[in-house]
Amino acid sequence: MAADGSLAMSGTAGVSAGRANSLQRFARRRSTIAFVMTLPLLVVIVGLVAYPAAFGIYLSMLNRRMTAFAGTLNFELLFESETFWMVAFQSCFFAITAVLLKASIGFWLAHMLHHIPNNRQRKWRGMLLVPWVIPPALSTLGWWWMFDPSYSSINWLLSIISVPEVPWLGHHWWARIAIIMVNVWIGAPFFMIMYLAALKSVPEQLYEAAAIDGATSWQRLRYVTLPMMANIISITVLFSLIVTFANYDIVRVLTNGGPRDLTHVFASYAFQVGILSGNIPRGAAVSLFMFPILAICAFFVLRSVTRRNKEQM
Amino acid sequence: MSRNGITRRQVLRNGAGVFAAGALGAPMVHAQGTGGTIRCGFWDHWVPVGNNAIRELCAEWGTRNRVNVQVDFITSVGNQNLLTIAAQAQSRSGHDILSFPTWEPASKAEMLEPVDDVMGRLTQKYGPVNAAAEYLGKIGGKWVAIPAVSGTQFKPACVRFDLMEQHAGIDIRAMWPAANQRGPGAENWTWDTLLAAAEKCHAAGVPFGIPMGSFSDAVDTVGCVFAAYGASVMDARGNVTVQGNAKLRQAVEYMVRLSRFLPNDVWAWDDGANNRALISGRSALIFNPPSAWAVAKRDAPQVAEKCWTVPPPSGPEGRFTPYLPYFWGIWSFSRVKPAAKALLEFMSERTSAEKMTTTSNGYDIPPFVSMNDFAVWANEGPPTGTIFNYPIKPHHNATASVAFAPAPAEYAVQAYQQGLNTKTIARISQAGETVDQALGWLERELNTIRRGG
Repeated sequence: MAADGSLAMSGTAGVSAGRANSLQRFARRRSTIAFVMTLPLLVVIVGLVAYPAAFGIYLSMLNRRMTAFAGTLNFELLFESETFWMVAFQSCFFAITAVLLKASIGFWLAHMLHHIPNNRQRKWRGMLLVPWVIPPALSTLGWWWMFDPSYSSINWLLSIISVPEVPWLGHHWWARIAIIMVNVWIGAPFFMIMYLAALKSVPEQLYEAAAIDGATSWQRLRYVTLPMMANIISITVLFSLIVTFANYDIVRVLTNGGPRDLTHVFASYAFQVGILSGNIPRGAAVSLFMFPILAICAFFVLRSVTRRNKEQM
Repeated sequence: MSRNGITRRQVLRNGAGVFAAGALGAPMVHAQGTGGTIRCGFWDHWVPVGNNAIRELCAEWGTRNRVNVQVDFITSVGNQNLLTIAAQAQSRSGHDILSFPTWEPASKAEMLEPVDDVMGRLTQKYGPVNAAAEYLGKIGGKWVAIPAVSGTQFKPACVRFDLMEQHAGIDIRAMWPAANQRGPGAENWTWDTLLAAAEKCHAAGVPFGIPMGSFSDAVDTVGCVFAAYGASVMDARGNVTVQGNAKLRQAVEYMVRLSRFLPNDVWAWDDGANNRALISGRSALIFNPPSAWAVAKRDAPQVAEKCWTVPPPSGPEGRFTPYLPYFWGIWSFSRVKPAAKALLEFMSERTSAEKMTTTSNGYDIPPFVSMNDFAVWANEGPPTGTIFNYPIKPHHNATASVAFAPAPAEYAVQAYQQGLNTKTIARISQAGETVDQALGWLERELNTIRRGG
């Protein structure tokens, strides 16, 4: 590389480079080439992330008719609303519970699969991935039929063994459980496949060494498997937390936020306030509340990943 | 070329001039005629053949006026129509004419072309529109959209007359015969009578299917009970009128009593649950347009032939029938406003309205009171005359009701979509709050809405 950072040329090209004007030298700089090559990505990020985010912030600061600047009024009104704080609690409760369950079930399933011989593993993997592959709106509709307030097939099965009817969608705690159940059913296979891949990458020698040292199966899990999978677990949990936090379709199809708004999450409440009630700025303000919560989660998770990477280096 | 005195430059210049003159002077030629193109986005009808009438009417008007009318049908399933309206309002482009559900004309009033001229001519011809349509479509003294025929519905009571007679001793067909007159005992068809009947039918295992969630059937039904008791939560100027409102307390207490005799799961019912309760034979009464009966006619004819539609009961302040209209509006950014107005005027004519209502098996309700006498409502069956009392008739002595009226539409829509009236009842009946606690919550929510504008 030349002193000015441009790429080194040889032979006649080097001679012609000497005659190149400043524009050509600028075009040949590594930084310029790097910028040009990242330009498509920058366009995508600005167009699909930065602009919508900035527009969302702008919208949230308008009045209901979107004709005048209202400052932080929409946020102030949300802070004063009991319903909003209920929605905030439910969003956190739903996301944290669902992600923990998905991670635990996915981890357990991955272990079970890992111990099945490779030739028989494929069909189990395929079957267990089915809930994740079906479009969520469609599978949720199937669940809704099973939870239907009047004609629940689950209740019909329960009645065979003399278990009283469960108000799956009519009572708020049952409705919350139903929503979490469906989310876990859909999302657990994702964790399973990620953890299975991570398990396969753990060197077998580590387990052999642990066995020689007389480690129990719990100690192998605690001191070999988990440390080796820590980064994958962190990243998967973060990714799932973001997706689960922004979930909309399950709540919309199963309960529409009812009963008494006790199952609304940020996304479904934002839709109700913004689109259905014709208050787009307030809806934008609701949806923006997801950002700081997720940003804090992302900060801590990514920091722990970076620390672990440094320790391992 | 210069030898002939004509330069190449002159030839090019003159050629360009001739081309420009020809292009400017050319007639505007369109696919069908010279009147241009109108793009319409109408509501996609529940009734499978319901769109046919609109398609035919648009084609007929387009041919007659040599205008190309493009018709799209936009479903309300998944709120696709609301999303379309929001997107077109934001981008200021899209259709010229769009179907606007109940509250949207008020919400988009500033972006809609006033249609006072069209409404003036129509009301001159057919008399007044019902007051609820005027409340929703006339904003700031101007008609911003035309009350539509297609999609507009009432939600009177659809009663299983056999179960009602067997368990509650009420002969509902005798009370409200398929004729323009009341029968014996019609004056006793009050909300108190309904409460007594609800208790008996509940005990008999066929409870009334009145939803109490936050979907429109629930909000509309509770809204008409509140109206019958004179209980409004916000006045026309936007003042919250919850505190010390004896009529509101009376209406709330009535609904709490009634909810004890409804199925346990009504708090989770959507707009289809009451239909299913009727069609499956598990309910003796629901509040719904004739769509539930129409589905029963197809899927459970033995149920359909025992259904009879009657006006809702009356309360201390009168009888109120839940009303959920659609509107046809013209965007202010449309470039074919005169033609769009002419098309909508044609579609609102009596003959056009009757065609739409007949095609939809009586589902569609015209906005003009004088049109509530179409033959379809008398002829549909079985049993013949089952939906005779579906539209409001003079002998019903009823008023079309919109939940949360007379509050300003911009506040009412928020209270309506959040189902504040049904949630107030649920807080008492389901969550065990006192009436005062629930009304306190209602007042706080309404104040928040009011402050936000």
